[in-house]
Amino acid sequence: MSIAMLSALSSPLAVDPLFVGGVGLEEVIIVIVKVLIAFVLLLVAVMLMIWFERKLHADMTNRMGPTIAGPFGLLQTLADGIKLFFKEDLIPKKGDRFVFQLAPYLTLIPAFLIFAVVPLGGDFDNNDGTISVFGNTTNFQLADPPIGVLFVLAMSSMAVYGIMLAGWSSGSKYPLFGSVRASAQMVSYEAALGLSLVAVLLKSGSLSTHDIVAGQADGWNWNLWITGFIPFIVFMIASTAELNRPPFDLVEAEQEIVGGFHTEYSSIRFALFFLGEFMNVVTMSAVMVTLFFGGPDGPIPFLASVGWLWGMFWFMLKVVGFCFVFVWFRATLPRLRYDQLMDLGWKLLIPLSLGWLIALAVLDVGRDNGWNTAVVGIGCFAGLMVMGALLTAAVSAGQRKRLAGEGFD
Amino acid sequence: MTLLDTPSDSAASAASAKRVFLRDETSAVLRVDESNIPLAETVDIDPMSTAPMIVNMGPVHPSTHGVLRLVLEMQGEQVLRSKPVIGYLHTGMEKTGEQLSFLQGTTNVTRMDYASPLFNELVFSLATEKLLNIEVPPRAQWIRTMMCELNRISSHMLFQATNGMDVGAVSMMLYGNRLREETLRILEKVTGLRMNHNYIRPGGVAVDLPDGWREDIGGLLDMLPPLLDEFDQLLTGQPIFRERLQGVGAINTEECLALGVTGPILRGTGYAWDLRRDMPYLKYDELDFDVIVGSYGDCFDRYAVRLAEARESIRIVRQCIEKMPTGDYRLQDKKVTPPPRARIDESMEALIHHFKIFTEGFKVPEGEVYVSIESPRGELGCYVVSDGGSHPHRMHIRAPSFVNLQTMPHMMQDALVADVVAIISSVDPVLGEVDR
Repeated sequence: MSIAMLSALSSPLAVDPLFVGGVGLEEVIIVIVKVLIAFVLLLVAVMLMIWFERKLHADMTNRMGPTIAGPFGLLQTLADGIKLFFKEDLIPKKGDRFVFQLAPYLTLIPAFLIFAVVPLGGDFDNNDGTISVFGNTTNFQLADPPIGVLFVLAMSSMAVYGIMLAGWSSGSKYPLFGSVRASAQMVSYEAALGLSLVAVLLKSGSLSTHDIVAGQADGWNWNLWITGFIPFIVFMIASTAELNRPPFDLVEAEQEIVGGFHTEYSSIRFALFFLGEFMNVVTMSAVMVTLFFGGPDGPIPFLASVGWLWGMFWFMLKVVGFCFVFVWFRATLPRLRYDQLMDLGWKLLIPLSLGWLIALAVLDVGRDNGWNTAVVGIGCFAGLMVMGALLTAAVSAGQRKRLAGEGFD
Repeated sequence: MTLLDTPSDSAASAASAKRVFLRDETSAVLRVDESNIPLAETVDIDPMSTAPMIVNMGPVHPSTHGVLRLVLEMQGEQVLRSKPVIGYLHTGMEKTGEQLSFLQGTTNVTRMDYASPLFNELVFSLATEKLLNIEVPPRAQWIRTMMCELNRISSHMLFQATNGMDVGAVSMMLYGNRLREETLRILEKVTGLRMNHNYIRPGGVAVDLPDGWREDIGGLLDMLPPLLDEFDQLLTGQPIFRERLQGVGAINTEECLALGVTGPILRGTGYAWDLRRDMPYLKYDELDFDVIVGSYGDCFDRYAVRLAEARESIRIVRQCIEKMPTGDYRLQDKKVTPPPRARIDESMEALIHHFKIFTEGFKVPEGEVYVSIESPRGELGCYVVSDGGSHPHRMHIRAPSFVNLQTMPHMMQDALVADVVAIISSVDPVLGEVDR
């Protein structure tokens, strides 16, 4: 916390140290190179993620997965992309042509943009996470806006529009189902996502992703334990729903509504949705690592001999770990029903993260005022229990009323 | 004007009258009168309309098990009414059966319920044998019993695969099919084919069990139980899976009996009706097995009943291996079964019998008969009328899938789209059998 505060004080607007001495040609070139690196890195990561998912899921179900294209089938994604590119691009006659063509980009671009604010590496143990490139010090991330986390939330909300409009503009029934489901599901889980995030912000005291990571340097400062696991679990579940990954893939539930929002899509437009979905998995994993798992922070302190690769190695390792968990979910869990999904979101995740946030805040206030930690802790726990009991009672009373056919007045 | 509206003086009054009409009647045809179908271009869709939406689920849909078509009248995600439409796989197999001799008949019927082909062959053979008034040798009966139970395992494994898949547990598709493949491997070893075996024929079975069959089948039976326990681990205790199936598509015993439903759906309601025990055929009266029943008649009960029935079948097959007698695998009646290949080279009469059986078939005495057995889907019946010739005069199959399909509109009332999929899957229809 103290480190986060210090860094927040030293750079109140969290400007990249690269621009401190003014912007010249050199700085512009460095930024362009960083853009290219982030772009290529994400594309390659997505390509590998699709391969990883297929291989892993195949392994979990006694299959081989892709083996033909390239060594270990590594180039399968590329082959699929080329195939899809040459397929006929169909636009439904009853669809809204413009929106139909726009929608895939609305899901793809936010995924790219979120990745821009994720710190990929750097030395946070010794020198505030900056690296030096040709004599210039810079953050190892494309951009570090002072509103970093809000930007992540905003972009993930934008992605909803792509899916919703895709379903709506297809002019057909199954996509419409998908569209309606998407708008309801993603809007309600956005709330849980945001509330669980506030706990992190409370502890870090900053919205900048760079500062959040800097505050977590040295293993035992990870927000995972500082915020007490619950926000992470809520964030994990909510982000799975936000990504439309199983068990929350109601939006494209193949067995129910055929393909959901992308039923009518073909060719490269379908590939863009596909790409966007997997890109979101990678970026959301990266965001989770950044917010809860210390970003590039590893169990072994920074090794100067390995340089900037050291932080990146740990970062990638943790991202792959989350990707694994997403695939694991898909291979194991059945899909939730629409009403169960809403119940989980509104009756469990949102109250839980809200209650936890209040408890964390009370504990913080108590510490600042020198109150007895044990008393405050027990008080918080008791308060949470009472609130939980009241909520359960309210929900069951509502259920009783609904089953009895009475109205709410 | 929506597709459902009928022409009337005032569009508004027609729409409101229509809505009442749709809610009230429960068994009408969800179709527009053919002469009144408006052209797609002329239909004016009101985007703000809150009238129910008609969704045609199928015949091409990932989870309608082939070519079942469901016409769903939906208010949002909720199904107000539904109607199964069948016939997309109708190939006139019952009529074809009249053109084929009794010996060829099994090749035809085996293609009806392609997930459990041996049962079709069995019921047709039993009917023919009843008309001929012949008794097949004990070994043939034991082989038939054992093979049918193996087939029941493979059919129930297919159910596990599709049921898991339909509620979104995609890995189950492969886990279930893996066990089905292992079972089919045994069936292939014995009969020569994975499906449509034409193995059980009037007078016995086509060939004797191959060398090493005890080890093969024993190996399968040792392999299955731990893998079935894995299903339990993956699904039975899984909270999302239980939430998805418990209380969904519930039906009670009275409704089942009124609709003529049999098999796991009926047993899932707690009514222990199993033809293997209640009207024993083959050697089931000498076997020790339990009839599995559920208690709530919901999708979860049907899942559990089928999983437990697969375990019972393993028990039955084990007993069959123990009790398998020696002797003939088919009736040594030269008028019904062809002579052994070696005899044809030695004996003129054998050659003549062989020729006659395979050209004009054997004559079956005049009469009519109904035989029913317990297939994995319920009571599978065969009604055959013979006019004394070598071809059936009339052949009808009482297909359990067809009858069970009737429960769908009842179970789907007020269900959600996701429930519809779970219900279709739990009824486990085989469309080849429904349409025949």
